[in-house]
Amino acid sequence: MGIVRHRLFWPVAALALLIVVNTINTPTFLRIRVRDGHLYGALIDILRNSSPLLLVAVGMTLVIATRGIDLSVGAVVAIAGAVALTYIGSAPDPSSVGTVITGIGIALVLSLVLGTWNGFLVSVIGIQPIIATLVLMTAGRGIAMLITGGMITTITSPPYKVIGSGYWAALPVSVIVAGTIFLVVALLTRRTALGMLIESVGINPEASRLAGVRSRSIIWTVYAMSALFAGIAGLMISSGVMAADANNAGMLIELDAILAVVIGGTSLAGGKFSLAGTMVGAIVLETLDLTVTILGIPPAVTPLFKAIVVIAVVVMQSPIVRNRLAARRRGEPGDPRGVHGVQPAEPSSAEVTV
Amino acid sequence: MSTDQISSRTAGGTPGVVARLGRGLRLDRRYLPVLGALAVLVLMLAVGQARYGNFLSGRVLSNLFINNSFLIVLAVGLTFVIITGGIDLSVGAVVALSGILAASLFQSGWPAAVVIPAMVLVGSLIGLVVGVMVHVFEIQPFIATLAAMFLARGLSYVISLSSIPITDPTIVWLSAYRIPVGETWTITPSGIIALSVVAIAFYLLHHTQFGRTVYAIGGGDQSATLMGLPVARTKVLVYVISGTCAGIGGFLFSVFSRSGYSLTGVGMELDAIAAVVIGGTLLTGGSGFVLGSLLGVLVLGLIQTIITFEGTLSSWWTKIVIGVLLLVFVVLQRVIAVRRR
Repeated sequence: MGIVRHRLFWPVAALALLIVVNTINTPTFLRIRVRDGHLYGALIDILRNSSPLLLVAVGMTLVIATRGIDLSVGAVVAIAGAVALTYIGSAPDPSSVGTVITGIGIALVLSLVLGTWNGFLVSVIGIQPIIATLVLMTAGRGIAMLITGGMITTITSPPYKVIGSGYWAALPVSVIVAGTIFLVVALLTRRTALGMLIESVGINPEASRLAGVRSRSIIWTVYAMSALFAGIAGLMISSGVMAADANNAGMLIELDAILAVVIGGTSLAGGKFSLAGTMVGAIVLETLDLTVTILGIPPAVTPLFKAIVVIAVVVMQSPIVRNRLAARRRGEPGDPRGVHGVQPAEPSSAEVTV
Repeated sequence: MSTDQISSRTAGGTPGVVARLGRGLRLDRRYLPVLGALAVLVLMLAVGQARYGNFLSGRVLSNLFINNSFLIVLAVGLTFVIITGGIDLSVGAVVALSGILAASLFQSGWPAAVVIPAMVLVGSLIGLVVGVMVHVFEIQPFIATLAAMFLARGLSYVISLSSIPITDPTIVWLSAYRIPVGETWTITPSGIIALSVVAIAFYLLHHTQFGRTVYAIGGGDQSATLMGLPVARTKVLVYVISGTCAGIGGFLFSVFSRSGYSLTGVGMELDAIAAVVIGGTLLTGGSGFVLGSLLGVLVLGLIQTIITFEGTLSSWWTKIVIGVLLLVFVVLQRVIAVRRR
């Protein structure tokens, strides 16, 4: 009974349901094979495919926790890929490790700069996050096109290919990179005060500033981190196909990332956040894509499936449904207390009147 | 008379450059972003005329309306939602859904008298779904309309993946017909529809109780409820209006392109949001103007026109210029908001 009330219950249930459907359809779905010392299988594919999304979604979780939103991550994905590939492609020896590392470095520094720019607009100028990042979202694709000269840049560079499709210790490199960053962020936010500070900024920026929290630098940092992670995701995506497509790389990834965050139970109103939930959300979305492919449904129908899953999950998480469910379990009419998700809504609506 | 009242209301603010300018011109600072958009529009027209000579012709300006009629309607619908403090990301996908639905209905032989209302109604229906999600289930507008976007896009993929040409005589007539106005100006039926939508929206938003309620919700949800305004109904209705406008936009777009395609309108919602913001509507809600959104669309359209005229500039400059312009206007709004306090 109690487990149904856990905020990760519905997303995990959705994930389990998807895996069951897949296993019924293809009994070998859960099998993981070892070939040449590398792990293969549908589950590994899901992990690898969800790595870029997971990275972007982790950054997005931090931004959303401060009551912000970052729409520019898709553009940053495109820019990072474009910069890295253009640099490596124009270098005398695209296959040398040094060139690749320099290219990656330039791309990541540029991503950090773009994130700092977002953070500057939000925390110093005080523009609403959705609009501040919309600026870069709109202009960013244009900038990426400018870098690639409007063409799809392709390169041949074995060291660069490793990021997206290489293996290390039996696991895909992208999974290791995404997993490591996820763990570092989780440790930083849950084992130090950083997580609490981020939440306090999201719950009430003014009050936390008065309480001595340096909300401005925290907001600045989360946008920089979000862009940096988006940049790494951009490297993964461009390395997976060994091409930089300024128009389509990371297209709509900002929306998928926001969905992953919301499915994971973090409220867009800011405050409490759940990195584990975000991870589940990202994996659910990626499994959904794979399920659609495996079931032989045209991939074009994916958005419809996504819409149905998303609507189902957010409706199940909505205060009204949770109250009804909680009331039914206790056999009494709706009681707003004692249900997660209702409590955070109250302080935020009270603040509006302050 | 009325300007005196307005200027006396603003006189209490901190004196500053903007305030002095505002008082000197006897204007409410609320209108400054709109005037800014107007100034940019005039400036762009002047620069265009100086650079290309034949820029201020009836043909160029008429084309501005012909090419952007659907965006005007989308931006007008979005204005309502944004003034309540919400957002609607689904409009671009609804344009695609409405277009592809019409194209496939025409293909199976339905008459225009059935198809055209169906195009608009499918938009209203999606808007209603969003409104119910936002109001009844208290899902944030961003997520609710995001889900609606996937829903509409998915439905249009299900209808057809390939582009379907529209050969219906009514649509063909609508797309080809030109009404001459004066010597060189022409206007299309689409342009007339778009301007009528602007006029109706202007009346609804600025001269009815419904319109006042929209502003009141943007100013503060709880206060509006405490004032006894019909918040629930209005909140659902703004999404229905936005959805309906998206449906009309889909109709205008299929007249414009004479086809239905499930991939049209990707990112169109962002153009519409950008137009609304450039037109002086605050994304936090509570302040904005329908005519401002019209100006915003015209500014975006002119950027496109100038880049086409320039010839040597690549099309991606459009995006960069729109982004920069968006930034300038948002910072301007921010400056005004700070001065007001």
